[in-house]
Amino acid sequence: MEAFGLLVYGFSVLLTWKILALMMVGLVLGIFVGVLPGLGGPNGVAILLPLTFTMDPTSAIVMLSCIYWGALFGGAITSILFNIPGEAWSVATTFDGYPMAQQGKAAEALTAAFTSSFIGSLVAVLLITFLAPGIASFALRFGPPEFFAVYLLTFCSFVGLGREEKHKTIISMALGLLLAGVGMDTVSGQLRMTFGLDELLRGINFLVAVIGLFGISEILLTMEERLALRGHAASISLRTVLKVWKEMPRYWVTLLRSSAIGCWLGITPGGAIAASFMGYNLAKRFAKDKDSFGKGRIEGVFAPETAAHASGTSALLPMLALGIPGSGTAAILLGGLMVWGLNPGPLLFVEHKGFVWGLIASMYLGNVVGLVLVLTTVPLFAAILRVPFSAIAPMIVVSCAIGAYAIQNAMFDIWLMLLFGVVGYVFKKIGIPLAPFTLALVLGNRAEDSFRLSMIGAGGDMRVFWSNGLVGSITTLALILLFWPLLAGGLARLRGGLVNDRKGSAA
Amino acid sequence: MAKSGDEIVVEDPAAPASDSPAVTSNRAADVAVSLLLLAFAGLLGFDNWRTGMGWDATGPQAGYFPFYLSVILAAASLWGLAKEFLVRGQASGTFVTREQLRRVLQVFVPTLLFCLFTQWLGLYVASFLLIAGFMVFVGRIAVWKSLLTAFLFSLIMFVTFEIAFDVLMPKGPLESLFGR
Repeated sequence: MEAFGLLVYGFSVLLTWKILALMMVGLVLGIFVGVLPGLGGPNGVAILLPLTFTMDPTSAIVMLSCIYWGALFGGAITSILFNIPGEAWSVATTFDGYPMAQQGKAAEALTAAFTSSFIGSLVAVLLITFLAPGIASFALRFGPPEFFAVYLLTFCSFVGLGREEKHKTIISMALGLLLAGVGMDTVSGQLRMTFGLDELLRGINFLVAVIGLFGISEILLTMEERLALRGHAASISLRTVLKVWKEMPRYWVTLLRSSAIGCWLGITPGGAIAASFMGYNLAKRFAKDKDSFGKGRIEGVFAPETAAHASGTSALLPMLALGIPGSGTAAILLGGLMVWGLNPGPLLFVEHKGFVWGLIASMYLGNVVGLVLVLTTVPLFAAILRVPFSAIAPMIVVSCAIGAYAIQNAMFDIWLMLLFGVVGYVFKKIGIPLAPFTLALVLGNRAEDSFRLSMIGAGGDMRVFWSNGLVGSITTLALILLFWPLLAGGLARLRGGLVNDRKGSAA
Repeated sequence: MAKSGDEIVVEDPAAPASDSPAVTSNRAADVAVSLLLLAFAGLLGFDNWRTGMGWDATGPQAGYFPFYLSVILAAASLWGLAKEFLVRGQASGTFVTREQLRRVLQVFVPTLLFCLFTQWLGLYVASFLLIAGFMVFVGRIAVWKSLLTAFLFSLIMFVTFEIAFDVLMPKGPLESLFGR
């Protein structure tokens, strides 16, 4: 097993006091961020990214990914104890988690949530360990047309499979791609869309936009709501943990099903949020007594949490192997890679073995340590919610500003962050999704470069995107996904028409 | 076992009333954003056309890719506008109520001032002012608690970023007093 040997190598990279300490710091910060209202995975990672600027890439990615695992764990605490989902994907956890807490079974619900999260991540990490190197070495053969086709596939699947209104997804994506192009054109060196502003020469930094869109806008949105909360305090005893673990094997089908759904949707761009709902709904559909769901059934916590973590983790697979993030947070981590001076893509597995395998090993270790940490420290973190929001909100604003400024040492970026904060607030309110924007902004330049390189190589012939079996099938698949809603509608109508005809002829 | 008796309760005395009148509807906001995006697409489209949106000897020119993206953005905005006018009869939700807007401005205006002050006084002083001011005037938290929290937070940030991680922030007159 080549992967196994490399994994051992990864652990050897990881096992230094410095990295282990950073891991703990990352996990604690992550849980903190996950518990706080108005923050969550992508925001937390974006705001804390500047802390890592002066670190070496391996320490940086280990700390950041641990913030992410911590945030995923932390989201479950508020969902179960307070009925407040910290993230879109924790919504399904509240369905059964909160009723359990109301019945005095908060400790069981929390243990179930943490353990199933752990299992979901573990399955996804195993998948990454054994699949990612293969995909990366396959992708080494990709030329510009293949890469452009893969980018196209990513963008099209967002439009075709997303739940939002199609034109709003397209708006978000086109805007992201346009803003990515501001500044100096990488191929010809020409300036474009700068309108004579010196500050725009550098282009619009991806992380500045993300901090504004997610951090600042989230504060504005949170302020709008009533901030009073009422929930349960809970501590977990070893007896409860063992009791839940003993029950767990009975639900192996649910756990396995949710892991599979999570992995699949996590790798597919745009699928991360759908995973937890799908995990929950399928568990409900296959259960014998459907009515007991939503009333505090432990399976209703297992199913969505496993799926959410499996998808959150497996979203890193395409990011590592192809340089294409599967979720908003993965996109931010990808932005981090570029800041640390790494070039995302399949070559990462060849040129930066220590980095890649250190990260993969840290996924195993981070999840184990995270599980122990949350199980033992729940009461502490739940108490954070007693801190009034009017103290937390300005601190988050300051952290966002520090983050935005640190990236390029530019005051202009703080203003840009504020502008993106307002844009994010308005977009979220009228239902323009932000994830496609984020993805487009981080991939925009690379997508354009690969398009133009393919065009230069082929002398301007668009048929280059169907020039061989591989690139042809990816491009075709992309177009099918783009028009999927229309195709699906057409097929349904066709089938409906046939049924009607048959009915007509029978009568 | 869980002690289900303990409850964590946090009150929000300044919460927006639920019966506050609406400032705008979702539809109005939708139309306004679509129009803005359309104008933006027009502006960028024009700029890219000026840069060169065609082909030359080496392949697509610098403006080619963004020009067609502006066209896509304009088309999607028009699609949104058309949709709004076609479904005119249906009621649309409230975009923001007066009370909600008041609360949002309560955090937005201080943030704006914070950014201005950062330019003159440096980030750490501005951060102290923002946190203390916000806690006292918006959160109605005791003055000594607010000042202490603001001071400690700014200090921790300073130590973390300037000293431990070597990430430098904009600084003003106060920091130069201490020779940093």
